[in-house]
Amino acid sequence: MDQKTSTHLKKIFLISAWVCSSPAVLLAQKDFQKKYQSQMILAEEGTVIELPAGTFTLTNTLSLEGKKKVTIRGKGMDKTILSFKGQTDGAEGIRVSDGTDIVLEGFTVQDAKGDAIKTMHITGITFREVKTEWTGTPGPDNGGYGLYPVQCKGVMIDKCQAIGASDAGIYVGQSQDITVKNSRAFQNVAGIEIENSLRAVVYDNEATENTGGILVFDLPDLIQKKGGDVKVYNNYIHDNNYVNFAPKGNIVATVPSGTGLLILATKGVEVYNNRIINNQSVGTGIISYYVTLKKIKDKEYDPYPSNLSIHDNIYERKSGLPISKDPLGTVIANKYGADAPHIIYDGIKNPKMLDEKGNWIAGQCISIINNKGQTIVNLDAEHSFKDMGRADDQFKCNQ
Amino acid sequence: MRLRNVIIAIVSLVLTGSFINSPGKSYPEKLSGWKIFEGKMSSLKPAKGVVPYMLNTPLYTDYAEKLRFVKLPVGTKAKYTEQGILDFPEGTVLIKNFYYSADFRKPGINKNIVETRLLIKETENWKAITYVWNDEQTDAELEIAGDDKQVHFIDKEGIAQKVRYVIPNQNQCKGCHNNNDKIMPIGPSAAQLNGKYAYTTGSKNQIEYWKAHNMMQGAPALSAIARTAVWNDPTSGDLNTRARAYLAINCAHCHRREGPAQTSGLFLTENEKNITSFGINKPPVAAGKGSGGRMVDIKPGDANASILWYRMQTTDPGERMPELGRNLVHKEGLALIKEWIDQMK
Repeated sequence: MDQKTSTHLKKIFLISAWVCSSPAVLLAQKDFQKKYQSQMILAEEGTVIELPAGTFTLTNTLSLEGKKKVTIRGKGMDKTILSFKGQTDGAEGIRVSDGTDIVLEGFTVQDAKGDAIKTMHITGITFREVKTEWTGTPGPDNGGYGLYPVQCKGVMIDKCQAIGASDAGIYVGQSQDITVKNSRAFQNVAGIEIENSLRAVVYDNEATENTGGILVFDLPDLIQKKGGDVKVYNNYIHDNNYVNFAPKGNIVATVPSGTGLLILATKGVEVYNNRIINNQSVGTGIISYYVTLKKIKDKEYDPYPSNLSIHDNIYERKSGLPISKDPLGTVIANKYGADAPHIIYDGIKNPKMLDEKGNWIAGQCISIINNKGQTIVNLDAEHSFKDMGRADDQFKCNQ
Repeated sequence: MRLRNVIIAIVSLVLTGSFINSPGKSYPEKLSGWKIFEGKMSSLKPAKGVVPYMLNTPLYTDYAEKLRFVKLPVGTKAKYTEQGILDFPEGTVLIKNFYYSADFRKPGINKNIVETRLLIKETENWKAITYVWNDEQTDAELEIAGDDKQVHFIDKEGIAQKVRYVIPNQNQCKGCHNNNDKIMPIGPSAAQLNGKYAYTTGSKNQIEYWKAHNMMQGAPALSAIARTAVWNDPTSGDLNTRARAYLAINCAHCHRREGPAQTSGLFLTENEKNITSFGINKPPVAAGKGSGGRMVDIKPGDANASILWYRMQTTDPGERMPELGRNLVHKEGLALIKEWIDQMK
């Protein structure tokens, strides 16, 4: 065998070796969908479904249903990429429902037509090193939610990333006992949102370049009525000045661009040790549902925030008018110009939570103390902004 | 005793051919293994004990025609229930064949049968499986992971249509057939069955037929049984009744308090009384781009400004409703809902 032929054969050998060593990559895309969907259907308790490295295009939702102790594990956030760019069926990228102890880890879900990963009715759901993203310039055609556990108990979101969601990147709704940590939300309308959820801790996350960094909301007309007992601490919430690209009609479409943290109608929220920097409209907003100007028809719904403690955070912003052009931004801009206060309170209090002198009853007070750069405006929105004014030192509680 | 069980097991294995394993239970790999049809498979002629039925207002699935059968275990009856699906005995099999006639103006001729879905009542729980027909139309194979097929047909107006017909995977079955996280049939309630069927022996009310053939017990007189309106038959009910019947069968299997869309707070069951829960002036919860830029689910007097209408008229997978089996807009259903919202005050 001459040298040339030998080299040639070696090349062929190398190519075939490469081909053989990565069979999954060569699976026709439909076969990939079928193979892993079948595994998810047939998985028994304790199964780990291993996704190979590579970029795979899927046309339909991958779903896991009615399972106990099942893990779906990729080779890493940036190694296993499930692309739904050409999705023709299913409203989510991945859907997990009715299960116990489910772990999703080490992969990316890209460009889902609807929500990226929705998990519903799971007791014990973990997202670890999972990324959801919509590629390209964020816009209203992107899917609504990135990581989307709803009506779950025991939610752990750790070392995840969420990019480009037209609603919320990391969204925990109507759930209980939640941890969101070490994660990064970037260029979503809402970075991280805790909605109608009980007992959540949100810490060591970065929320940046969203329209609003972190939202804690209670909304009407839902099955799980009340959220609360939420702690938001040690987060870096900065430069959330992205234009609001949410499709109209959605509640987050009302979030002003330039919002760091927004608490809407929730009771029992503690916010501390966060760096809340360069959110150019509202560092922290505390508002009732009335501010959304939506009618309330749910008789069980309590639209007022109370029992809040906001302390030991660092507030900074660049000098300049609030960037939001919506009514709230405009009101602030007209009054304070380039020197907008960091914290905005709408001043609408639940009369049932006040004593005869108009003070908070025990346990319902809103405390805002000891923050670096603490400036507060009370909008007095209840009386058409009549007594709107600075209230930097007026949120001390005696209890 | 043990030997007897072994013999039974072997005999049944031989009778039904090979099996495929699915969690908890084995099923015949081929539809023919169920012995539902007699003669040529594609004639869909029911074997003895297999009875056809229809619903007054059925679920729309990409214009597919449907032929439904029920098979009750010998000597058993379904129990009448006033609301919800009938109480079927253990061992019941509900059979639904999805097919397209080559030309909708000549229904039943040159059928292309795509899939046959079975709902099997095992002990207390239902199980859903589907069989996909081969191109030769000689048999169908069990398929758990779903599939899709290009289907061509000529519609009622004589226009050639094509659709990428999607066969749901086993999990997606439960996306619709879901009541408190348990698989449930959607259609066969007394009210839905309360209508005439053209049996080979003649036309007869289905409930009367079931009673006469010892298939139903506990049913009151026909006059006392509710009747679901036929969505496209104005003689069967007024606009509101027909629209709600349409939404109930097409949406309420998810959009009910016990269904997978409970997170939305939108409940489209026929008996929903809370008008906000029913969508009137209700802002969406997690619609995302499915809102289509509209503010509320139903804006009385203005279908075009209603999310409900918007999501029925789009085919974008992230926006359309229902999520599955709706690659083609149901024009006639959409027109009904549009008229209903437009006339609403």
